[in-house]
Amino acid sequence: MNRNTPVKSYTPYHSPLDPCPPIGKKFYSTPPNLYMGFQPYDLPQFPPKEALRKGTLWPAFYDYYENPYERRG
Amino acid sequence: MWVYEKKLQYPVKITSCNPRLAKYLIEQYGGADGELAAALRYLNQRYTIPDKVIGLLTDIGTEEFAHLEMIATMIYKLTKDATPEQLKAAGIEDHYVNHDSALFYHNAAGVPFTASYIAAKGDPIADLYEDIAAEEKARATYQWIINMSDDPDLNDSLRFLREREIIHSQRFREAVEILKEERDRKIFF
Repeated sequence: MNRNTPVKSYTPYHSPLDPCPPIGKKFYSTPPNLYMGFQPYDLPQFPPKEALRKGTLWPAFYDYYENPYERRG
Repeated sequence: MWVYEKKLQYPVKITSCNPRLAKYLIEQYGGADGELAAALRYLNQRYTIPDKVIGLLTDIGTEEFAHLEMIATMIYKLTKDATPEQLKAAGIEDHYVNHDSALFYHNAAGVPFTASYIAAKGDPIADLYEDIAAEEKARATYQWIINMSDDPDLNDSLRFLREREIIHSQRFREAVEILKEERDRKIFF
């Protein structure tokens, strides 16, 4: 349904003179709306009650967010 | 004219007593990319935007006030029973000295809200691009707050708000496409 990945990452350059240990990967969101253009007709829909909780009627726009740095510990 | 419904757009439940989270949330209350700035920006721009997209700005501007109300509820709940000592520990003693636990429109650094946050150029494309940028900035702010927060119920409400920013961005992008017209014009070589 959603072929694009919603999170991208890159590794910033870390100089030997940088005082803090390297953060490693930096993450940024690329939610589905960036790839959609004009919304096509007849996209599949969530049931109404679920849509109210999720914040969108269409699974194609749903992007659950999780802290990408959490797993670093 | 508006019709008011005496309920929140999405439930706001907070599990942990953590006034520090209020310090972060105030950014979305009275900050440059906050809900107040968004609501006022759209509801002001709509007078001078082409007829086709006035309704969109009215709808989204109105929804931003519903979001503002949710943020207000979060901040209020996080601080209402906090003692001055707890507020001091949370780093919001400056706010307490000025306002007690009253809410106020300022950002996370204590800078009061200003009308210069509300861009209105009068050029439809410039204004809509501004609105798209504002939605993406609000989305990012919600991500940073979720990253800092360990309250699952609060994060649930913040995720809802973040999803709404995505949808608003989508609709503004579509509004640009509508105003560009000639979308379906065939390309001949």
